[in-house]
Amino acid sequence: MPANRKFEVKALSRVEGEGALYVKFEGGQVDWVELNIYEPPRFFEAFLRGRKVREVPDITARICGICPVAYQMSSCHALEKALGIDPGPEIRRLRRLLYCGEWIESHTLHVYMLHAPDFLGYESAIHMAKDFRDLVQQGLQLKKVGNEIVSLLGGREIHPINVRVGGFYKPPTKADLLSLAERLKWARDAAMETVRWVAEFPFPDFEQDYEFVALSHPDEYPFNEGRIVSSKGLDIAMREFDEHFAEEQVPYSNALRSVIKTRGAYFVGPMARYNLNFDKLAPLAQETARAAGLDPECRNPFKSIIVRAVEVLHACVEALRMIDTYQAPEQSAVEVHPRLATGYGCTEAPRGILYHRYRINEQGVILDAKIVPPTSQNQKTIENDLWKFVPKYLDLPPDKLALQCEQAIRNYDPCISCATHFLKLKIERD
Amino acid sequence: MHRQILVIGLGNDYRGDDAIGRVVVRRLKAIGGDNVIVVEESGEGAALIETWKGADFAILIDAVHSGGAAGTIHRFDAAAQPIPSRLFHYSTHAFSVAEAVELARALNQLPAKLIVYGIEGKTFGPNVGLSIEVERAAEEILRRVREDLCTNSRSSTI
Repeated sequence: MPANRKFEVKALSRVEGEGALYVKFEGGQVDWVELNIYEPPRFFEAFLRGRKVREVPDITARICGICPVAYQMSSCHALEKALGIDPGPEIRRLRRLLYCGEWIESHTLHVYMLHAPDFLGYESAIHMAKDFRDLVQQGLQLKKVGNEIVSLLGGREIHPINVRVGGFYKPPTKADLLSLAERLKWARDAAMETVRWVAEFPFPDFEQDYEFVALSHPDEYPFNEGRIVSSKGLDIAMREFDEHFAEEQVPYSNALRSVIKTRGAYFVGPMARYNLNFDKLAPLAQETARAAGLDPECRNPFKSIIVRAVEVLHACVEALRMIDTYQAPEQSAVEVHPRLATGYGCTEAPRGILYHRYRINEQGVILDAKIVPPTSQNQKTIENDLWKFVPKYLDLPPDKLALQCEQAIRNYDPCISCATHFLKLKIERD
Repeated sequence: MHRQILVIGLGNDYRGDDAIGRVVVRRLKAIGGDNVIVVEESGEGAALIETWKGADFAILIDAVHSGGAAGTIHRFDAAAQPIPSRLFHYSTHAFSVAEAVELARALNQLPAKLIVYGIEGKTFGPNVGLSIEVERAAEEILRRVREDLCTNSRSSTI
């Protein structure tokens, strides 16, 4: 292979949205890596200005068809902080259950349909299904359980419509939730099998000194609440996010990239949550992870597929716990009284922390909004991984090298549509 | 005895011509029929596989956007051959109709007979209602689907 060359993947597959990768080699060394997010910017923050508080969860849910619940949760929490309201324990329980549904459906889609084919050498889940029919069917059924939770609590599978600032439009009855329990018990067992299956995949030897950033809650594996902490000592309240994180722009990408002001790139998502909150996982999830050979500390991003499977298991256990303890709330939502204020919310979307900030006036009108999605936060770390990962595979032919790079990018389950509120691979060797 | 036939309309009511699948199956439902089950879906692939599971004969109606003239009707026998993903691809993360058909084929979960109608849309922007061209196609699709139903009914009468 010539010492100088370029290579390009013009449209990254099995990721959400549209982006490309460009790698340039000179003198046999990687000279440049670009994660090019060319999906157009979507201007959601600007759309929100002038809209009423009550409209925000439904508008922001439209940012993503895979993680709309995350957008609803972060916006509700930020606005409730601004309004000084607390919806109470039963609404909180329902929100955790709704988030469990989204984690199950989003993670299962990625584990079975998008990432597993990389490890098993298939072009797609469709090709994999010919040899792994039962497993793919299991994946579809598992995802369906997540969809059912979101449908029941959110009103429909995609872009749920039952979430409002202060609570829900129509909360489910206990009997409604109990109808999910048997399916969730099957899902819990299927999730355990998933952990054992993916833990046997061949993993490249690749570990980096990442700064993991996730929420941390004293009693729970984080969904909606907690402090923002990192593996390098960051420990801040949500309202301090802007003091410690900055968004930067690069000419080749339509998505802003978030960095820690003093240290640069960081890593959010299942790997970060797992490394920072292992002891808060459900005991069954901890035991299953250990039994599958996954240590509480894991710095190999390719093993994120195991971590996602562990989180699906945790979500099933947690969902059953939420259902068991649920009593329908006396009122479906807390009343909202507008006031001039700023509110900050940060919740754990399937792909990592999702930060929202809103400033509202006395009439409950949004004056300005800021949204920092997980993929924006992981972009720089994905590029950093490729700078380190590509040199290990320099001798591969371009098509095989492209597949390796795509697999490395899929470790992050990037959601490009979210990041542009983001893939194609180009390798250049002159 | 007649076989039950599943007719699935896909689309989004609030995205102009994308609603064509739903519009046609609603009109079909209004006409009625003993052996027809009408279902509306968003088009999410995994849900589609679940919907047609166990069906012997299904007809699926969806809007397409391939650059052809608005209102053009494409008809595919999906059980016999793959349907072109360039027509039905709508998301890189969720499953499209074409991917759902191929995954179901690999899983042996494809109906023995699956007819897919694709109608070229004109506008997919945020509005309610079909364009004139697609509204005209709606009546033609309805006529063709009823013809499919009649043909099947005759061939399956014992």
